[in-house]
Amino acid sequence: MAYRSLQEIIEFCEQENKAFWEAILEDDVSERGGAKADSVGKMQTMWQAMRDAGENYDGNLRSKSNLSGGDGAKMQEYSAAGGTIGGEFMAEVIAEALKTGESNACMKKIVAAPTAGACGVLPAVLLPMYRRGVSEEKIIEALYVAAGIGQVIAARAFISGAAGGCQAEVGSASSMAAGALVHLRGGSHKQILHAVAMAMKMLLGLVCDPVAGLVEVPCIKRNVGGAVNAIAAADMALAGIESVIPADEVIDAMKEVGMNMAPAYRETARGGLARTKTGRKITAGMKW
Amino acid sequence: MNIFDILGPVMIGPSSSHTAGAVKLGYVARRLLGTEPIAAKIYLHGSFADTGRGHGTDRAVVAGILGMKEDDERIPFSYEIAAEKGFHFSMENIQLPGAHPNTVIMELTDAAGRRIEVQGSSIGGSRIMINKIDQAEVECTAEYPTLIIHNKDLPGCVAEVTSVLAAKKINIATMRLFRGKRGTQAVMIIEIDEAIEKEVIDKLEMIFGIMKVTYIPGM
Repeated sequence: MAYRSLQEIIEFCEQENKAFWEAILEDDVSERGGAKADSVGKMQTMWQAMRDAGENYDGNLRSKSNLSGGDGAKMQEYSAAGGTIGGEFMAEVIAEALKTGESNACMKKIVAAPTAGACGVLPAVLLPMYRRGVSEEKIIEALYVAAGIGQVIAARAFISGAAGGCQAEVGSASSMAAGALVHLRGGSHKQILHAVAMAMKMLLGLVCDPVAGLVEVPCIKRNVGGAVNAIAAADMALAGIESVIPADEVIDAMKEVGMNMAPAYRETARGGLARTKTGRKITAGMKW
Repeated sequence: MNIFDILGPVMIGPSSSHTAGAVKLGYVARRLLGTEPIAAKIYLHGSFADTGRGHGTDRAVVAGILGMKEDDERIPFSYEIAAEKGFHFSMENIQLPGAHPNTVIMELTDAAGRRIEVQGSSIGGSRIMINKIDQAEVECTAEYPTLIIHNKDLPGCVAEVTSVLAAKKINIATMRLFRGKRGTQAVMIIEIDEAIEKEVIDKLEMIFGIMKVTYIPGM
């Protein structure tokens, strides 16, 4: 039976002396049946697909609407020239988020995490860590941590923009990524929860306002926001900074905010950026 | 939701509902026809009609009908593949009052002239719901191995079907019955825990009053 609170997961971990990721793995095995190795194998497939999406990125591709493409390549070139404000690691995170988001818009293969619209956030933080020597085994563990966090968010609130705005999509992805990063750095169970809480708090209230209803503007760049936000939350948690509001309560607040969000801000393309002068002009110019 | 609904599916972008869900709808329609479709009439409703072209919903539905799954890299090229195969289709917008915003109607035909009409919706994430098969209302997610049995609306059909399954030690997870007008055609939707063998389907088809048995392995 899937967990309904993050607190419940870490209490179980402490009682049974298990790691966060083990609790999620065991729960998956008991829910779907089969062996642990099957579950781990499936998670490896997800990781491989995330890596492939990054490697197969083509900076020359444009989406059907012609609104997206090429920005990941621009970011990489800029970073290669040196002198980025946020340093090489952050530039790589930004580039990976753009690359996966753009690949998604261009109908390439990606991993929904937790949705296709937010597919760039997790790979954006995990790929640069992997390239810097974190083992695949550890990454797989971190993916279980991320999945467990996402599962609780889905159970207590929602993970789709149509249901709860972008806070539910990129906000959830960012919380999942923050928890995964804390695990990669050997943080405690409590630090994982604080990272989740802080990542979500920083994106609380974010609306879903896609221009022309497409998963492109501003979705791709919001993936960057989610990834960078996750790093800030994870670093704070690892520094010992705590969220005053516990993670489960932050998730509940996200639900409340989402429920009160006007339909115009829940993926209907009737508000926010979609309704700007430029947004409307783009929408009117779409000839399908 | 299972963790692999959170991390996953591996899919062709850009939208789990408008692309991956659309592929699944086409794929399930194909399975319901049971043979190779040679033609299709496709009708898009609501958000599928409004934003579907930009999300590749149109190409995704055709890809599914051609037998592709949601992670198939040929999805963006499904129109070209359809042309190569000699598969003809039309695509129009339609208004279906009261239907879910992401709904499609697919009328498929095979070389023998057999025809099926399937109405389904993409209900969030990449999850789908088949709403109607040949006008009969059904509710089927195709997430689990599912038997869709068309039968004449006669007493005893359900008991016969469940006894065949029981004899094969197949556990029924859920079972629902739908029918149009009294005494005409009825549909049983049976979700089961594990995949079943062809032999069971053959047995079910031999039951008096059973018109058609369709099996969809879980997706």
